[in-house]
Amino acid sequence: MSKDFEIVIGLEVHAELKTRSKIFCSCSTAFGAEPNTQVCPVCSGFPGMLPVLNEQAVECAIKTGLALHCEIAEFCKFDRKNYFYPDLPKAYQISQFDLPICKGGYLDIEADGEKIRVGITRAHLEEDAGKLVHQGDITTTPFSLVDLNRSGVPLLEIVSEPDMRSATQARAYMEKLRSILLFADVSDCKMEEGSLRCDANVSVRPRGQEKLGTRTEIKNLNSFRALEKAIEYEAKRQIEAIEDGEEIVQETRTWDEAKGVTRSMRSKEEAHDYRYFPEPDLPPLRISQDWVDKVRSSMPELPEQAGRRLMEQHGLSSYDVDLMTQSPQILQFFDDTLRLHSDAKAVSNWMMGDLSRLLNQNGMEIQEAKVKPALLADMLNLLDEGTISGKMAKTVFEEMFASGKDPQTIIKEKGLVQISDADALLPLIEEIVNNNPKVLQDYKNGKEKAFGFFIGQIMKATRGQANPEMVNKLLKERLDRE
Amino acid sequence: MELYQLTIHELQDLLSRKETSALEITQAIFARITAVDDRVRAFITLTEEEALAKAREIDQQGQYGRIAGIPLGLKDIFCTRGVKTTCASRILGNFIPTYDSTAAGRLFAEHGILAGKLNMDEFAMGSSTEQSAFFPTCNPWDLTRVPGGSSGGSAAAVAADEIPFALGTDTGGSIRQPASFCGVVGLKPTYGRVSRWGVVAYASSLDQVGTFAKDVKDCALIMQIISGKDPLDSTSVDLPVPDYQTSLDGDVKGMKIAYPREYFQPGIDPNIQEIIKKALLKYEEMGAIVEEVSLPHSEYALPAYYLVATAEASANLARYDGVRYGLRDYEAANVIDMFSRSRAEGFGAEVKRRIMLGSYALSSGYYDAYYLKALKVRRLIADDFSRVFADFDLIVSPTTPTVAFKLGEQIGDPLTLYMNDILTVPVNMAGLPAMSIPCGFHEGLPIGMQLIGPAFAESTLIKAAFAYEQNTDFHRLRPALEVK
Repeated sequence: MSKDFEIVIGLEVHAELKTRSKIFCSCSTAFGAEPNTQVCPVCSGFPGMLPVLNEQAVECAIKTGLALHCEIAEFCKFDRKNYFYPDLPKAYQISQFDLPICKGGYLDIEADGEKIRVGITRAHLEEDAGKLVHQGDITTTPFSLVDLNRSGVPLLEIVSEPDMRSATQARAYMEKLRSILLFADVSDCKMEEGSLRCDANVSVRPRGQEKLGTRTEIKNLNSFRALEKAIEYEAKRQIEAIEDGEEIVQETRTWDEAKGVTRSMRSKEEAHDYRYFPEPDLPPLRISQDWVDKVRSSMPELPEQAGRRLMEQHGLSSYDVDLMTQSPQILQFFDDTLRLHSDAKAVSNWMMGDLSRLLNQNGMEIQEAKVKPALLADMLNLLDEGTISGKMAKTVFEEMFASGKDPQTIIKEKGLVQISDADALLPLIEEIVNNNPKVLQDYKNGKEKAFGFFIGQIMKATRGQANPEMVNKLLKERLDRE
Repeated sequence: MELYQLTIHELQDLLSRKETSALEITQAIFARITAVDDRVRAFITLTEEEALAKAREIDQQGQYGRIAGIPLGLKDIFCTRGVKTTCASRILGNFIPTYDSTAAGRLFAEHGILAGKLNMDEFAMGSSTEQSAFFPTCNPWDLTRVPGGSSGGSAAAVAADEIPFALGTDTGGSIRQPASFCGVVGLKPTYGRVSRWGVVAYASSLDQVGTFAKDVKDCALIMQIISGKDPLDSTSVDLPVPDYQTSLDGDVKGMKIAYPREYFQPGIDPNIQEIIKKALLKYEEMGAIVEEVSLPHSEYALPAYYLVATAEASANLARYDGVRYGLRDYEAANVIDMFSRSRAEGFGAEVKRRIMLGSYALSSGYYDAYYLKALKVRRLIADDFSRVFADFDLIVSPTTPTVAFKLGEQIGDPLTLYMNDILTVPVNMAGLPAMSIPCGFHEGLPIGMQLIGPAFAESTLIKAAFAYEQNTDFHRLRPALEVK
């Protein structure tokens, strides 16, 4: 990518709030139900129906605002955003236009080796739309079906300042924001289920220029990877266009995951005029300081605080801390393991390494894993005591992950106990050295490979159970006596 | 007197003395409807079978709700469970709700009996009921004239003795103007006093549910039942509902009544002005203090109203897109085409006009000049009223600038038609309660007096209206609809 250009990125994130019922009616928000089973006349836009604001949604918004260091508006209101689409039952979305519930916060991230503070412009409450189900592709489907289960699910739209300068930073922001939403317990943040969605505003400008370039908005970013790839692609496209003397057109683009490109959806001229105006069916929302204080006092530990604790008490690096605070469940796992095993670095290494790899391979969340903190701690203790080797531990861990059995049982079943007993090892070493006089001669002649051959033979004879350090030491003593 | 001619309280007297039954009353009502409604054409839907069954049930089980056994009519804007609710529009021509609007539900809970759904201007947009997609309703006092609108069916049905009382809605005068044209009592409560839940929305910040009745006492009873906070309507207000019956004491001594000079201008029929002035003298005779005041921003109310109301309507009516219910065009090539064609077929000319006006007023680049400006005017109008109510209990004016006009006379001229609302619209802009009561006739056509009170002062309106009614007979006069 050209070094002469700077990329400028701002993100608009939509988080579905974790309320039991929808934002303006009492229908359930549970994901995955049969189509149109979680609907009522209110969320399907029937005549004469009126919205009633869900206080739990407001509390989620306040929590998020506090976690993002925002000002919580004493007075805010709702507005109607008008447009026609079959999945939008009232043909307007109740949203917040000029007076959002949260404004002026920030989020600290670390990426590209530097610490960056990303400004949060605002966060506002709104209702989600339903969704359309097509037969195959939208352009060729003979009909479309409307599922309104999602219609009226509360959303918080969190808008960042254009403070990010690379796709990596955008990803780091998104990951950090996700962990905050998870810790604050306001959203499930499942990108694959659409409970966390992201649009990216991307522009480029010659390095040193203050004025922002013309931006495009990229939609359909359904994963961290898509976010990163789409921004990389789009920035490159814009830079190449400018270098070819073209003008960037302000437009909405969509990310085509399969082809790995962004494509134009609609230009500024085609942009909707949403004709926002104040929602007359809902009185303005007043949020007292008391309410904010009450929410503040019930806030769970947030990633920032947890991270500080991990660094100060356990000496973890900021890299480790970021990974251990990805979600409350991960942190819980770490904290629980650490209560039973004191080496924080070892715990975090195993969690980031083998555990994380196996979870990814199996598409599982940490809370679904059969291996529990107590098992990991047991295993680490056995490793420390020398009962098993590091290599055995990997086998034990995989088995714990697969079956949830405790490490002692696995060791017994697999016959994995490490032989650290000199009395058991010495006769074996003696035998192998005596049976290989030629190799012994090579060793005497200074061939390093010969030592390795003996080690291999001993490990083979013990089916890998011999304590490698012990074998090493005893073998050396034996050979040095020659 | 025939049963169908009686007021609610008169019917209740008979019922309590067991001199009649819910069934007899209901039968009498349907006989009357059969006799006159082919000329008045007040009803869109009749629910005779259900009503008779309900009446029998009430008689047999001895149900004693506050209006047990009393038939009622609802403007076809109130959603009724299992009963077609059309809003007098083709787009909802086949719509049967699964729910009762809160106001209707409260009447049913008191064992009132639904006789049918009443005609109106489509989506409550109009002042003559000629904008109904189905047929116009006629004024019972002169069948060649309009009953007013938009709740024209409700007013005409009560005036024609087809129903003892009916509910309507009032966004810019849609209860008071037809009440005035038809010579019945009509009350539009304070915004927030009665739940709007289940009432098809026209302009949400202005719409208010109210009632038509044959006299003030009935009006007070119905208000008592339908008023009060509804958790399903966030704009309904959680204030205790006073006992309106205690306001029926006929005492207006010392009451301070204002009449705004802006409501007695040359555009207002001088005969009407004269009759209202007479009514004011009557109040003075009864011991009230009457003074002229000024509401200086009155002239801006109508244009501002037509911006606010149409803007809200443009959003409120957007949901009629053919996707989930109501009329759908099946010939359309794609979804956008389906939206446009369904709406083109489903809405009448006046509704389309208002949707266009409202969409325009909200469009980017015009919002500040139109919608926002209208909101500021709205504030000024409310301030005008507040200033007067700092010193007065009540404002009195004509309800309408003219008596009922001829069918077809104004239909081609929307601006003239809009002028009908000039005396009623400011009240909606300020969210105040107001009433129209019969106070005289000109050339055989009824004239209504508008009483306007401060917010939540329905008691004051009822008190003043009852006192006037006690000293006059206008409310007892009924049109001579010859029964064939």
